Amino acid sequence: MKDFAFARPGSVAEAVRDVAAEPGAVFLAGGTNLVDHLRLGVARPELVVDVRRLTSREVLDTEDGGLRVGAAVTNSELAADRRVRERYPVLAQALLAGATGQLRNLATTGGNPLQRTRCVYFQDVTTPCNKREPGSGCSAVNGYTRYHAILGVPSAMPDPSAPETCIATHPSDMAIALAALDAVVHVVGPAGERTVPFGELHRLPGDDPSRDTVLEHGELITAIDLPPLPAGARSAYRKVRDRASYAFALVSVAAVVAGKDVRIALGGVAHKPWRATRAEELLRGGELTEHAVRHAVEVELTAAQPQPGIDGGNGFKIPLVTRTAVATLRDLEA
Amino acid sequence: MDAEVTLTVDGTEHRVRVDTRTSLLDALRERIGNTSPKKGCDHGQCGACTVLLDGDRALTCLALAVAHDGAEITTADGLAADGELHPVQQAFLDRDAFQCGYCTPGQVCSAVGVLEEVRRGWPSHASPDLTADPELSHDEVAERMSGNLCRCAAYVNIVPAVQQAGGAQA
Ligand SMILES: Cc1cc2nc3c(=O)[nH]c(=O)nc-3n(C[C@H](O)[C@H](O)[C@H](O)COP(=O)(O)OP(=O)(O)OC[C@H]3O[C@@H](n4cnc5c(N)ncnc54)[C@H](O)[C@@H]3O)c2cc1C
Ligand code: SF4
Ligand code: FES
Ligand code: FES
Repeated sequence: MKDFAFARPGSVAEAVRDVAAEPGAVFLAGGTNLVDHLRLGVARPELVVDVRRLTSREVLDTEDGGLRVGAAVTNSELAADRRVRERYPVLAQALLAGATGQLRNLATTGGNPLQRTRCVYFQDVTTPCNKREPGSGCSAVNGYTRYHAILGVPSAMPDPSAPETCIATHPSDMAIALAALDAVVHVVGPAGERTVPFGELHRLPGDDPSRDTVLEHGELITAIDLPPLPAGARSAYRKVRDRASYAFALVSVAAVVAGKDVRIALGGVAHKPWRATRAEELLRGGELTEHAVRHAVEVELTAAQPQPGIDGGNGFKIPLVTRTAVATLRDLEA
Repeated sequence: MDAEVTLTVDGTEHRVRVDTRTSLLDALRERIGNTSPKKGCDHGQCGACTVLLDGDRALTCLALAVAHDGAEITTADGLAADGELHPVQQAFLDRDAFQCGYCTPGQVCSAVGVLEEVRRGWPSHASPDLTADPELSHDEVAERMSGNLCRCAAYVNIVPAVQQAGGAQA
């Protein structure tokens, strides 16, 4: 592991200043992703700035009837919060489907959505990877693509040597639920405070796969707001994985049904939590029959580009995510 | 780069100099000499390094020692500090819940954490009703203990051991 300096500043402002001033600085929260990356050589910072005790560790009621979750609230605490279990079951379920008890006790609200892809080549510093080393190429194309994207990728086999190629998926379960809940992210940065709609936090690779989110260097998440849902709203999260527990999602679906509105976010299919907006439009106001849901998700997936690769590639995700969406909405109708 | 940290481990305070890169696991094992937490994978994937960190079960391989200055840690060793086995440890013996024993200190700390989480009413992925108080069913224990891998596959006896320690029918 490369040597680094460590700082535990006394305030959010100081932490932001420290990181902004040093291009090689990173924030540290629970450490469950960053420390792994330090050890793997994926992250090679000059300075690690500990923010775990700087932001709020409370879940507060907001005036509009929603909740404000401090960035230091652990994944365990948030999943156990009565109000989350009762009003936002999709979020509690997503959190509980992720990692394990002894990881969730460390993992934080700020760190979880910013965890990086589990692409095996990203984690292996001996292989080319545009996300880890911009311009080096993408080893995943026609490689081990089982956990990779089908949406938001330009073609069925993008050019592995092009600097913009990246077919990785975003791995967080929590983020898929937050996307369906239209959560709002509070950020403090060198240029002051701002809020980012959760759906705009993560980005597609575009021409720079090294950037997972729209956050600028030095921007710190301080809290995430859960807007209120109308009375009678229902929500659920379903995750499909290679084993029953302690595994990342192959695909997942977060769904919220609120009055005439249906919100569907898909996990394990893209570089960001994928809001199925075309499917949502088709379903708005209509009856959520199995047929209607299947059709809507199929329309959403007409843009899918299944990737070839070892063990048959990832074309299985198209029927899998369709069936998972049907099952999730059936749960909500029951 | 070096830093000084204070860690209270199984009731004894230690002031140690560590490199900023040192994990809590290495600080415990190499600097403080408590070899009860084990290094299975060093990547958060096996649970062998589980301890109780400020009261909650947590992995120590993905925690930097410098980030946990002032922490109170209980290892499996410390659970039996006064020479008497903790009920979870006794249940592991009664139920023959280990073979080689390498994963056991992590299993035991994790199980103590699980019982506390159930007592607090925390749900799990296996809870049939998110809003109800959880029970120590087989599925609940298996899900909650899934972060502790056992290469000897003693799982069939670990689940009843945890149930027994939690006072459930097993
Ligand atoms: C074996 C294993 C299995 C796992 N399984 C799952 C799973 O099934 N599902 C799942 O969703 N996750 C899973 N995880 C990932 C885990 O949920 C994340 O590692 C965790 O949520 C990250 O949170 P943290 O607080 O530890 O972040 P850290 O590791 O501290 O930080 C992660 C990143 O976020 C940045 N950061 C942290 N806090 C802030 C902030 N407030 N503002 C700005 N930047 C910040 C850091 O600089 C870093 O880049 C697994 C992890 C492991 C090791
Ligand atoms: S898919 Fe993305 S993260 Fe994986 S090797 Fe290619 S560029 Fe790297
Ligand atoms: S050594 Fe920590 S989880 Fe394996
Ligand atoms: S008893 Fe041998 S690894 Fe669990």
